[in-house]
Amino acid sequence: MTDSKYFTTTKKGEIFELKAELNSDKKEKKKEAVKKVIASMTVGKDVSALFPDVVNCMQTDNLELKKLVYLYLMNYAKSQPDMAIMAVNTFVKDCEDPNPLIRALAVRTMGCIRVDKITEYLCEPLRKCLKDEDPYVRKTAAVCVAKLHDINAQLVEDQGFLDTLKDLISDSNPMVVANAVAALSEIAESHPNSNLLDLNPQTINKLLTALNECTEWGQIFILDCLANYTPRDDRESQSICERVTPRLSHANSAVVLSAVKVLMKFMEMLPKDLDYYGTLLKKLAPPLVTLLSAEPELQYVALRNINLIVQKRPEILKHEMKVFFVKYNDPIYVKLEKLDIMIRLASQANIAQVLAELKEYATEVDVDFVRKAVRAIGRCAIKVEQSAERCVSTLLDLIQTKVNYVVQEAIVVIKDIFRKYPNKYESVIATLCENLDSLDEPEARAAMIWIVGEYAERIDNADELLESFLEGFHDESTQVQLQLLTAIVKLFLKKPTETQELVQQVLSLATQDSDNPDLRDRGYIYWRLLSTDPVAAKEVVLAEKPLISEETDLIEPTLLEELICHIGTLASVYHKPPSAFVEGSRGVQHKRLPARAGSGESTDSPDVSQSVGGATEAAPTVIPSQGDLLGDLLNLDLAPPAAGPTVPPSMQLGAMDLLGGGLDSLMGDDSEAMGAGLGSTPAVMPTSLGAPPVVGGGLGDLFDLGGSVGMPAGAYVPPKSVWLPAMKAKGLEISGTFARRSGVIQMELSLTNKAMSVMTDFAIQFNRNSFGLAPAGPLQVLTPLSPNQTIEVSLPLSTSGPVMKMEPLNNLQVAVKNNIDVFYFSCQYPISLLFVEDGKMERQVFLATWKDIPNDNEAQFVIKDCHLNSDAASSKLQGSNIFTIAKRTVDNQDMLYQSIKLTNGIWVLTELRVQGGNPSYTDLELSVKCRASEVSQFVYQCYELVLKN
Amino acid sequence: MIGGLFIYNHKGEVLISRIYRDDIGRNAVDAFRVNVIHARQQVRSPVTNIARTSFFHIKRSNIWLAAVTKQNVNAAMVFEFLYKMCDVMTAYFGKISEENIKNNFVLIYELLDEILDFGYPQNSESGALKTFITQQGIKGQHQTKEEQSQITSQVTGQIGWRREGIKYRRNELFLDVLESVNLLMSPQGQVLSAHVSGRVVMKSYLSGMPECKFGMNDKIVIDKQGKSGGTEDSGKSSGKQSIAIDDCTFHQCVRLSKFDSERSISFIPPDGEFELLRYRTTKDIILPFRVIPLVREVGRTKLEVKVVIKSNFKPSLLAQKIEVRIPTPLNTSGVQVICMKGKAKYKASENAIVWKIKRMAGMKESQISAEIELLPTTDKKKWTRPPISMNFEVPFAPSGLKVRYLKVFESKLNYSDHDVIKWVRYIGRSGIYETRC
Repeated sequence: MTDSKYFTTTKKGEIFELKAELNSDKKEKKKEAVKKVIASMTVGKDVSALFPDVVNCMQTDNLELKKLVYLYLMNYAKSQPDMAIMAVNTFVKDCEDPNPLIRALAVRTMGCIRVDKITEYLCEPLRKCLKDEDPYVRKTAAVCVAKLHDINAQLVEDQGFLDTLKDLISDSNPMVVANAVAALSEIAESHPNSNLLDLNPQTINKLLTALNECTEWGQIFILDCLANYTPRDDRESQSICERVTPRLSHANSAVVLSAVKVLMKFMEMLPKDLDYYGTLLKKLAPPLVTLLSAEPELQYVALRNINLIVQKRPEILKHEMKVFFVKYNDPIYVKLEKLDIMIRLASQANIAQVLAELKEYATEVDVDFVRKAVRAIGRCAIKVEQSAERCVSTLLDLIQTKVNYVVQEAIVVIKDIFRKYPNKYESVIATLCENLDSLDEPEARAAMIWIVGEYAERIDNADELLESFLEGFHDESTQVQLQLLTAIVKLFLKKPTETQELVQQVLSLATQDSDNPDLRDRGYIYWRLLSTDPVAAKEVVLAEKPLISEETDLIEPTLLEELICHIGTLASVYHKPPSAFVEGSRGVQHKRLPARAGSGESTDSPDVSQSVGGATEAAPTVIPSQGDLLGDLLNLDLAPPAAGPTVPPSMQLGAMDLLGGGLDSLMGDDSEAMGAGLGSTPAVMPTSLGAPPVVGGGLGDLFDLGGSVGMPAGAYVPPKSVWLPAMKAKGLEISGTFARRSGVIQMELSLTNKAMSVMTDFAIQFNRNSFGLAPAGPLQVLTPLSPNQTIEVSLPLSTSGPVMKMEPLNNLQVAVKNNIDVFYFSCQYPISLLFVEDGKMERQVFLATWKDIPNDNEAQFVIKDCHLNSDAASSKLQGSNIFTIAKRTVDNQDMLYQSIKLTNGIWVLTELRVQGGNPSYTDLELSVKCRASEVSQFVYQCYELVLKN
Repeated sequence: MIGGLFIYNHKGEVLISRIYRDDIGRNAVDAFRVNVIHARQQVRSPVTNIARTSFFHIKRSNIWLAAVTKQNVNAAMVFEFLYKMCDVMTAYFGKISEENIKNNFVLIYELLDEILDFGYPQNSESGALKTFITQQGIKGQHQTKEEQSQITSQVTGQIGWRREGIKYRRNELFLDVLESVNLLMSPQGQVLSAHVSGRVVMKSYLSGMPECKFGMNDKIVIDKQGKSGGTEDSGKSSGKQSIAIDDCTFHQCVRLSKFDSERSISFIPPDGEFELLRYRTTKDIILPFRVIPLVREVGRTKLEVKVVIKSNFKPSLLAQKIEVRIPTPLNTSGVQVICMKGKAKYKASENAIVWKIKRMAGMKESQISAEIELLPTTDKKKWTRPPISMNFEVPFAPSGLKVRYLKVFESKLNYSDHDVIKWVRYIGRSGIYETRC
């Protein structure tokens, strides 16, 4: 029998023909016709016009035909809700069928039809099926509860299905248990605080029993659920681990990875001196290695996870270096991941083998892979000091191959090696200089220029070399230009006599002929430094450089912890928390590793503190991390922030790149002195050029910040709250609030760097929102944010941005970018932000308007426990641009009539009743009238905020 | 969970599309086609994120299978499911090809409805599925009540892989120990990495619900027995024969907790063929062949290659299907080959000299020499020599694994372990067996 013929009908008038066939009396013909319909549907043709005819075929005792009709229904019911109702009867009847396969089929399909009217009819059959005598029906019904919950959560709760589902965890059939666990886990995910999956030792025991008996998929559901449990103490933790370890020998890799997840998480609670802890560590290695003999796609998932595991517990795989050696036929994605892990596992013990391998890889075909291999050699040199010499000679060998991209990559890493081991390998400079002409990539050119500048005193023709770059100065990329500028200044400071002309030339190129503010700024600063105080210039430009640490691309510890809790899942593949790629409420919950049990604390603390200490000691890394493959994919829907219409985003780079890191310490210590010096004496600037406003303005703003934050104002400013926790944003914590100061709306932010490396390049962008709030300028973070530093920024906002109604109305979605990534968060602003200063209405107009607005639009609120009298309230409100138009006193009750105008021209009128005489009665009553009644609720919130603070 | 599943042909036309979740729209079908199938670049990752939707894909010949989701699903599970799905389809209609998929699309939809519910994988053992989803439409209506409940209890039951009431006149079982030996050797003959990945495949034709116990020369078990036996002698002799298994994984019928505690492998087997276990060893591997390459560059336009292979096993055994693949540079203009044994040919399309030998006994040696003429090129880049690879099949297990016993117990039916006819076969094949040159 061949069904492929159904795919070939493409003639016109097909629908009519099908219609006729569907209504044919012959069963066979009917079935043929339905098959054709399904085939068309698959290809993407719209066959919804045939809805009634197909549904008519549903009443059949041919199960194959029935399934086809069901398939059609699932696809089109949503677009034809009224007609879908026609199917309900058949469903209900099928749910009573003596054949359990048919009962299950009916309940399974019904759950997939997302039409409200049908779901109503679904409840009764579902209730019966959940208690069906046949396990096949029960396991299908369990999943159906999750389906129904996805359509109508309230209904599921009202009907008590959740309790029935919980009961199924104790079912005698393991597959029913597994599906119930899966359904409950999913439902619980969308209700983070509900106690749905009430995991206690009894249920855990049931799950562990079912684990031994159910299908491979069921085992995954159960293990993933177990991973969410936090054992009470280390003994419970150990006993669960003991019952989970047998899963490590399962043939299904997903079962193995989920078991690894449970073990990695629960191990956290075991004291390290426990024998069992060591045993467990040993047991983890073989199954992880076995994963590498799976199919390539699974290998990729496994490798991404191993990358995390190696960072968390390097001891597990430290002896397994060889299995990560790249095979010639591995797909490129496997090769790249293996390489990453090889570098992480490299140590003094195995470095010889690793280097031999890396050298081999550097001659392969794939350009990305080769580059990464070359870079890896450099990283080995930095990581394992004893191997540095061998690495350098390997790199030199590679340079001799003259393969262009290999040479360039090698030069980039040699620069890092110079940074790490100053004054050790400079003998190779001559060889590097030979390849000067072949460098065409900015990064390599910049690295080479850095080397020439840094070692200018040892390179006889340094001036000639640098001069040769200068010829095409304006065609170079910014990176190269900046590096060239610094290098020539370094050269000048080292050999002032011969290079005066050269430095003049580069300074004028940078300041006069360039449109790039970064370059101009740096040029000016050098110029001024050199012209005022060459000794200071020397101290700044030739300052001692901070050491670089060996480990790069390390995942920030809080994120790593979270990702360990997500082993096996997409999050562990992307190396991003679920909130970064999952929409809605799902996955927003952050998972954390459990704390170690109290008993083990004292024994293992040295180890912990050591690692923490190591992390803080480590100087900021300099090696640029290679952007990870997936890194930017997620940003597709949000273009890089166009911070302000006029100022290019690179503006922020200016100050931070100024003196190539040397300024960091200087700024920290003497920032005031420097500020004063620069700010107050603009005359120092080469007068012939005039004072470029960009520089003055930029620096001025920087020192203004402190002042503007504490500025007194009438309006109430809520305290800052944390909008973006550091855990979600690779160590960047943002807290903030909103303020309206003399007519300007400001977003006040505190940016705190809780990560280990410096953050730069901040920019901000808002999503469209209800009142068109948008940044009026760029985010002014002019200095790099070093670890543990907090910066206060005030961002002026305009209300002229694009408008889109948000839910809730005052919701604001924000994207903040830095050199590490883009982060998203949303916050809510008090609507009083939008109350404008000219919001006082004429009395007559007020009266007329009040009457004009229909009573339906009036909303009543009560402000409880407010001890203000009417005058105090009135003046307090006035500070927030809520103006009292009139006051009336009736029966000892003061009535204030007030008006508010929003930035978008909407008027809000209110009546506030204050009990004048009776101090025990402290509730204020508020009526709000507005044409746009949605805002009333928010106006009320503002009243409450303002009056109570 | 999985939000949708699509199958495409090599042109990116949809053959099967089943959506399980409301958050996946039809446009997802096109997004994958445009961004992955029609992408100009080589696939850089099996997981792709397009506009906050994640696509997992695998390829079977020129058919693409893609699973789609918007949630943080268990990625390993999704891939395992896709492989399983291929297994199920193969079990039903053979090779996965465009033609077969089109011919069986109704069946595939039916299977997809059964093995994936709301994106959750359900029982996907083809043995169990075949009891109620058949190619001749569904048995459903013609079954008796007993049959129906038997089906459902099998599909959901503890022993989902075997049904009750199987009867054979002759109780028989076959064990195949299939190993693939992997090697990476340096030009100087140093072993860079070597491992054996092996499988024990069992074909069982046994009546009833037989309880089986499988034993092999696993070092841990033998040492334990040696200790309990107490005699030093047995410890010594077994020490030679036992092998250290790095890790093993089992078919879901094996009681894992029993293996974990006692290291004994006990199970009730599925009927017919299945893979009992997979294992991996890295120690004391018998490398059946040694490849000794010698490459000499004679000027810029000529290469001389000499390769010697030595067989390293008992002279009484015969290796078969031997093939040595010697890569040649891209600018090769001509090749002259001389070999003592077998046939050798230069295949320009594959950039390699392929040397085939039908049979070769143990402890023998054979040699090939070739002269490769090169076209002069301006390309500065040196030719990077890919490794010389080798294929073969030998009638023993390179890991040294031996099956010690497979005992069958069936208490209800009247046949005993002695009545079962058992066959064991060992086949060692080359995996990735490479020598750098």
